[in-house]
Amino acid sequence: MVTQASSPVVIEGVRKTFGSTVALDDVTFDVRAGELFGLVGPDGGGKTTLFRILTTLLVPDAGTATVLGRDVVRDLWEIRKRVGYMPGRFSLYPDLSVEENLRFFASVFGTTIEKGYDIIAPIYAQIEPFKHRRAGQLSGGMKQKLALSCALVHRPELLLLDEPTTGVDAVSRREFWDLLHDLQSSGLTIVVSTPYMDEADRCHRVALVQKGRVLAIDVPGAIGARFPRPLYAVHGVPRHATIEALRAFPHAASVHPFGDTLHYSDAREAHHPPQVIAEVTAWLTTRGIAEMTMSRIAPGIEDAFMALMGDEPGAPA
Amino acid sequence: MRALRFLLRKEFLQIFRDPALVRMLFMIPVVQLLVLSNAATFEVKRARMYVVDQDASTMSRSVVDRLAASGRFARAASSGSVPLGDEALMRREVELIVVIPAGFERAIVREHRAEVQLQLNAEDGAAAAVTQAYAREILVRYATDLSAQLTPALSLAGARVERPPMRGHPAVQVRTRGWYNAELDYRHYMVPGILVQLLTIVGTLLTAMNIVREKEAGTLDQLNVTPVTKSVFIAAKLIPLWVISMVVLSIGLVVAKVAFGVPMRGSLFLVFGGAALYLVAALGIGLWVSAVTETQQQAMFVNFSFLMVYLLMSGLFTPISAMPEWAQWVARFNPMMHYISLMRAVMLKGAGFVDVARQLAVLASAGVVVLTIAVRQYHKRSA
Repeated sequence: MVTQASSPVVIEGVRKTFGSTVALDDVTFDVRAGELFGLVGPDGGGKTTLFRILTTLLVPDAGTATVLGRDVVRDLWEIRKRVGYMPGRFSLYPDLSVEENLRFFASVFGTTIEKGYDIIAPIYAQIEPFKHRRAGQLSGGMKQKLALSCALVHRPELLLLDEPTTGVDAVSRREFWDLLHDLQSSGLTIVVSTPYMDEADRCHRVALVQKGRVLAIDVPGAIGARFPRPLYAVHGVPRHATIEALRAFPHAASVHPFGDTLHYSDAREAHHPPQVIAEVTAWLTTRGIAEMTMSRIAPGIEDAFMALMGDEPGAPA
Repeated sequence: MRALRFLLRKEFLQIFRDPALVRMLFMIPVVQLLVLSNAATFEVKRARMYVVDQDASTMSRSVVDRLAASGRFARAASSGSVPLGDEALMRREVELIVVIPAGFERAIVREHRAEVQLQLNAEDGAAAAVTQAYAREILVRYATDLSAQLTPALSLAGARVERPPMRGHPAVQVRTRGWYNAELDYRHYMVPGILVQLLTIVGTLLTAMNIVREKEAGTLDQLNVTPVTKSVFIAAKLIPLWVISMVVLSIGLVVAKVAFGVPMRGSLFLVFGGAALYLVAALGIGLWVSAVTETQQQAMFVNFSFLMVYLLMSGLFTPISAMPEWAQWVARFNPMMHYISLMRAVMLKGAGFVDVARQLAVLASAGVVVLTIAVRQYHKRSA
């Protein structure tokens, strides 16, 4: 892979094992300056291990990783000064107040809240009214904003966020992504991981990570296009019976529930979509699903991910 | 240095923000010292005795009276039958049986020697030994008094220990006098040791728990991804606990003085100087425990296993000289043993710097060794 010298993150052939578990297996990608890069994949896929390598907390078994042009094994002190890291788990002092936490993290980086105020202002302003409250007593969304403030107060050149929206309500999640976009547009490079596929669309580029391997790296829209077959949305009542019936269909390649609809793809790639729709409708009708609609749709990133994961036809999602 | 100042401020802030911890830090030493020092004594106050007087003579009665008059023994029951006494011993109604065989008085008068049998419940070996020693002491004194009148000697045959009977005049009298602790007040002897034990528990346990808590909370990771160096982090953890331990020691010394009248014959400076060195080792062990464990539960477990050995091999409860050879060697590497001996020497004996220079040197080197191992064990990143 050709990487630009200015890429803030360059990972080449990184491998990490814990005992017999392979956490990362030959991972290679780079993050471009100023982009909002997403690591998307299920829990246990190796995202956190990758972050721990990038933040110099772990040493890879093989391969190299450079952050801001510095090697993660050799130049750890330089890297630690220049990156902001927000671990997946809330990792601030619950017994210190909001302000004390922020001041503490500013001070260990040799700076002050005041000096970093303009960069954290859009985030910190929202929790500043509660600055005397203990961090342990904040709501999930507020904790996350405080953690982001603490990771930003020393003006890092690269922000590494490990599953920042896990366990946060939908509104706070949306707000948080808006904040990330604001930060990114001010020139900050951000690497963020998430298990939520719908959040992948908010990144500039995403890497799909599963079982320690990178399945695909692309812009979110292009990843959906990697879905190998025509895809259909099926809506049937009752829903559960519809799933059962679809999975029983002899030519089903994949059936996954997506919200209140089902995504279906057909194993016979040569078949024309109208023909497929007709056959499936007939099949479902004979199975007692009278009330149903079916239409062709463009595959999204989650469909692509499911397909890349190599699901067996009809396997539960 | 600037970073150290901020970290220290944060540590103190956190410690004093936890009211339960603060209470524990300052109350537990006081309570423990009061309870333990009163409880941790080998003294036997009033051992209940079962008297089997088969002689029923003036002399046999005066032997029993002597024992009872000492205050160490209380006559609980009596009969002429040894088996009945055995039963009482079995039922734990009495701690010992005193058997005065028939012909006791006659033997003293004619042969100038006679036997008294003591049967002790040795389930609690230490208490039995102490009880036996008391009884022996009282009986020997009685024999001496008698010999002044009759010039006979009384010999004893203990239930557990056979001693050669003394014949004629006791040629040699053993008089014991406890120097530096003339009244043999156990508390004067125990309190300095218990102070050290408290210091160890506060220092070691708190250090381990404090650091492991940051591991559990994930804040250690967060802190690791900052320019804070390992040495600054460790210094910021150890200094507050070192200071607190010193305060705990001061409180303990005041309690020792006020509540127990434990003397301070030597220099306070030596006591604190020794503590300053000893705490480096104690805190170092805490640091080491925190480096090898992942959760507070593990830290607690490792710490306790460690402290138990540490305590039992410190000479606090059992004298080092009574241990087998190998155990004495182990004890020699136990900094706690050296600090206890320093404390006792300085407080009770008034030992000066030169007298305890060896202990100070051992404590200093123990501190260096333990801390070095602990610091090497502690990584700012995992493998």
